[in-house]
Amino acid sequence: MSEHLRRPHDLGGLDDDAVDRGEHDHEPWEKRVDSIMRLCSDKKRHLLTVDEMRRGIEDLGPGAYDDLSYYERWISSLANNLIAKDVISIDDLGRKMTEIEARWEADREAEK
Amino acid sequence: MTDHNHDHDHEQPHPYQPDIEDAPFTHYQVMAEAVIELLTEKNVVTADEFRAQLEMTDSKTPANGAKLVAKAWTDPAFKERLMANVNDAAEELGIDAGHIPLRCVESTPDLHNVIVCTLCSCYPRMLIGLPPGWYKSRAYRARTVKEPRTVLREFGTEIADNVEVRVHDSTADLRYMVLPNRPDGTEGLSEAELAALVTRDSLIGVSVVKAPEEA
Amino acid sequence: MSHYQIGDQVSIRASFPPGHIRTPTFIRGKSGVIESIQGTYKNPEELAYGRPGTPAQTLYRVRFRQSDLWADYSGPEHDTAVVDIYEHWLAPLSAAPYGDTP
Repeated sequence: MSEHLRRPHDLGGLDDDAVDRGEHDHEPWEKRVDSIMRLCSDKKRHLLTVDEMRRGIEDLGPGAYDDLSYYERWISSLANNLIAKDVISIDDLGRKMTEIEARWEADREAEK
Repeated sequence: MTDHNHDHDHEQPHPYQPDIEDAPFTHYQVMAEAVIELLTEKNVVTADEFRAQLEMTDSKTPANGAKLVAKAWTDPAFKERLMANVNDAAEELGIDAGHIPLRCVESTPDLHNVIVCTLCSCYPRMLIGLPPGWYKSRAYRARTVKEPRTVLREFGTEIADNVEVRVHDSTADLRYMVLPNRPDGTEGLSEAELAALVTRDSLIGVSVVKAPEEA
Repeated sequence: MSHYQIGDQVSIRASFPPGHIRTPTFIRGKSGVIESIQGTYKNPEELAYGRPGTPAQTLYRVRFRQSDLWADYSGPEHDTAVVDIYEHWLAPLSAAPYGDTP
């Protein structure tokens, strides 16, 4: 009756595979996402609540919850929240992403 | 080509770049770094604060939780305080457990506790560090509430049928750690020796603490 | 003041609104017993939308028998699950398990 009302993050009781117990360390970029989120939601800044962050993750859209990794969901929600709260603008973010991508590609070329 | 400026004069002296051996960087890695740089440029976050936060995250390990467990096993009055208020008890031992309220659930010879977060991946990170991948996995979050004994078996943990298995789903504002059952045969051990037996997995409840000879 | 006391039988409202909800689907419409009362917190289901989260909600730990949650539960009868639930999701056991309650 209620299965179709279950949201994609609400997993309790679903069937799934055996738990993959493989240990892999967090990648550096994942720790950086973790840290910037902690700072944004700390008492000093209070730019967003953890609840707003979670809501943003749950509202990413069809498929996104399953397709994105944990920290990919985090940065997506954090960016959306910061835009909605006028901390950063979409235009700033777009330009900065272009700049960083170009810089990283140039750095890699230089290392070759 | 857009006319954005190519100045690299922002205040991060060494801008982050992914390892050269990494797989091609992703859209989300670029987004992450863009958010971090924008917030730094706007002075919302300073480079020092960011570095300190990274170091703080790295400093949180299961050794913190293990220390609390060993103390609680050897000091009944401390155990009482731990069960009443984990954050305050941690502070007694010089462990900053943060401001999110932590609760301790005690496993006994008759009761085995295991922690999961079905809605998110809430975890007592101030006491144990960042959660392992499996704790955040779909399989663990989906199955632990419905078939805990099967999941425990996948971790090599067999709980006898006469022992109650109790699953805790941390959906709200609290975070949980398990106070594992102290195994027989550890009577003569020091607090430090006891702490060395306490694993991350036993603090989550997917495993039990074993005495040295069986470990 | 909390409306429920430790040991009270309660049911979880079987309500399915959209949005950020802290009561997992697997316990909605089920009944359990209040195991402990954990103080009051701003309502995260309101905070999630930038609202003030008031009135604050009492948070309970509610214990369920696994065999009440899953028809095909394979473990022993005494196995349990404990879930943190805010007061606005609870109803007295005598109340109809479906729909809103005051």
